[in-house]
Amino acid sequence: MYRYDEVDHRIVRERVEQFRNQTQRFLSGELTEDEFRPLRLMNGLYVQRHAPMLRVAIPYGHLASRQLRKLAHIARTYDKNYAHFTTRQNIQFNWPELARVPDILAELAEVEMHAIQTSGNCVRNTTTDAFAGVAQDELLDPRAYCEIIRQWSTLHPEFAFLPRKFKIAVSGSVEDRAATQVHDIGLHVVRNEAGEVGFKVIVGGGLGRTPIVGEVVKEFLPTRHLLTYLDAVLRVYNRFGRRDNKYKARIKILVKAMTVAGFAAKVEDEWQHLKDGPSTLRDVDVAHYASYFTDPAYDVLPSNPPELLEKQAAEPAFARWLERNTRPHKQAGYRSVVLSLKKTGVPPGDITADQMDAAADWADRFGYGELRVAHEQNLILPDVRERDLYEVWQLAKSQGFATPNIGLLTDIICCPGGDFCSLANARSIPVAEAIQTRFDDLDYLFDLGEIDCNFSGCMNACGHHHIGNIGILGVDKNGEEWYQITLGGSQGSHTTIGKVIGPSFAQADVPLAFEKIMTVYLEQRTEGERFIETVRRIGLDPFKERVYAKHH
Amino acid sequence: MRSIIKDGQITQDSWQVLRADVEGQYPTVAADVDVIVPLALWLADKPTWQARAGQTAVWLAPDDDPQLLATDLDRLPLVAVDFPAFTDGRGYSLGRLLRERYSYAGELRALGDVWVDLLHYLWQVGFNAFEIKDGKDLDGALSGYDTFTERYQSTHREPVPLFRRRVTSL
Repeated sequence: MYRYDEVDHRIVRERVEQFRNQTQRFLSGELTEDEFRPLRLMNGLYVQRHAPMLRVAIPYGHLASRQLRKLAHIARTYDKNYAHFTTRQNIQFNWPELARVPDILAELAEVEMHAIQTSGNCVRNTTTDAFAGVAQDELLDPRAYCEIIRQWSTLHPEFAFLPRKFKIAVSGSVEDRAATQVHDIGLHVVRNEAGEVGFKVIVGGGLGRTPIVGEVVKEFLPTRHLLTYLDAVLRVYNRFGRRDNKYKARIKILVKAMTVAGFAAKVEDEWQHLKDGPSTLRDVDVAHYASYFTDPAYDVLPSNPPELLEKQAAEPAFARWLERNTRPHKQAGYRSVVLSLKKTGVPPGDITADQMDAAADWADRFGYGELRVAHEQNLILPDVRERDLYEVWQLAKSQGFATPNIGLLTDIICCPGGDFCSLANARSIPVAEAIQTRFDDLDYLFDLGEIDCNFSGCMNACGHHHIGNIGILGVDKNGEEWYQITLGGSQGSHTTIGKVIGPSFAQADVPLAFEKIMTVYLEQRTEGERFIETVRRIGLDPFKERVYAKHH
Repeated sequence: MRSIIKDGQITQDSWQVLRADVEGQYPTVAADVDVIVPLALWLADKPTWQARAGQTAVWLAPDDDPQLLATDLDRLPLVAVDFPAFTDGRGYSLGRLLRERYSYAGELRALGDVWVDLLHYLWQVGFNAFEIKDGKDLDGALSGYDTFTERYQSTHREPVPLFRRRVTSL
């Protein structure tokens, strides 16, 4: 894990003092609301429905146990004993007091954390595969590059006031688990014919009001040119992106307007002036950052030790959890454990202070003091010895973390919705809960198999509903909450935007619509066919007919 | 005379900025004052501007192309960039282009919605003079220079990014 040096500490401390000064000037009336808004947003501070909301950066989803304990402390001291993990691998506090936010930031700085650029029209937190460094299919550990991008993007003097927010994701593995095709810039590690590792650069993807799958602007960017190329893309966007209409200000609109070829040519032209400049990464620079992400001292262990297999055979509930909530590891004798934050009745992604402390303790006791935040809003213990899994499962159960639903229908990606967010058109949490309740029968849930269900309370698509196999979008009709269902979306290497199946539903009718969709799937699927594959094969019509039929 | 910040100090300044009124008309300028004119006016009639008794400089709007000024830069005493709103970040890229691509070495002045919170960023991309917005604290704005004592990226002031300096010092 990256560790701050003296300079990183200084920059974050200076940022805390700058924000303390800005907050004081706002509270004393020296700064107007309009002047303070972009300044506070650049520091992750929203004014929400009930109170300010503070979003704290978890760079590329990496979290040390001591950092998680600090977040627990902040939840207890400054908030209501819980916090919420987001799809950008960040965490947010829903009830801080504005005047105390600088104190929260000062506490975060003690553990090398901050809220810099977690919101606002600037480069946001870089995201990556939650299993980076431990996945079996990795071509390149993306974390050193994520840290290099984090530093490059932090308080970048040229790009502090972009036309709109800007999101970058990096994938280092064959299977894309970072949704790189729906980001402003997606960097997907590839190997060229000469065997060199570089990035395929995808630009102009994004969800929100105009969902678009990004397009490739550079098939192969040698890794040493990463930062100069990012500078070129951002400079073109900063200069030529639209600023007259916030809905048309994202880079995806610029890429469409210029055509991808025109945009790529413009970037190439800009890049010629920057290429091989001082931001070019030398091997020694990359090695410096990579040295923070070396493997821990793994034990030499057999795979599938007898004590694991015994428990697995003896306890079906444990076997079920193993199947869903653990993941293969590159090191024999280890697995990654996903702690589910999708227990029925708890808002997806919410975590209590006590749960944070418990998870931090397990990270120390069963791993190497590190955790990950997944963009699916779950928490991960990346390195657990297989022989410890049974004990981890029992502890996870005791904290409500062991719902065996990872990747299943009830593992819903969900924004906070109208209960918290002032942008939302509809509530999402109670509807997500109603769906979870309807599909609470674990045998049925397991039989349905892998289904990504994504839920957003408004067009901003924080819940990534467009790329859910089944997506829900909250819509407002004359002051009433309605829910639109999409089918066929997917993330990963074959990212697809889902299609709306028809008129939206009243809140109470959503679970029934889901049930009908699942019934069609169960009737139509072939042996071993996943839900998304059935949807792709038979199309939307059979689902529409059933869901909207008058007599069923 | 108004006060501006230049090279880290508050100084008296005689330059006048020529801006169009709401109907798009430009006021007349006395021949002996120092004036900063919009790019379009400059390009339309360079000889007349250069023949004046007073000095003439040019200001760029955020969507102006700095390349149009490239051949004039070595004879301009001052180039300004307008920030119509402090959230409009295009001028930062213009600053870098003027300094780094077109090697402009004279006074580079930020105009418009400019105040303390932006000074650090503006300085880093190459601005060295700041006309602080009316109503904003001019003396206090000076502290904007040293809000941050270090930065990660390659900038005009410090082209060698932190990651290189770090590794070199190891």
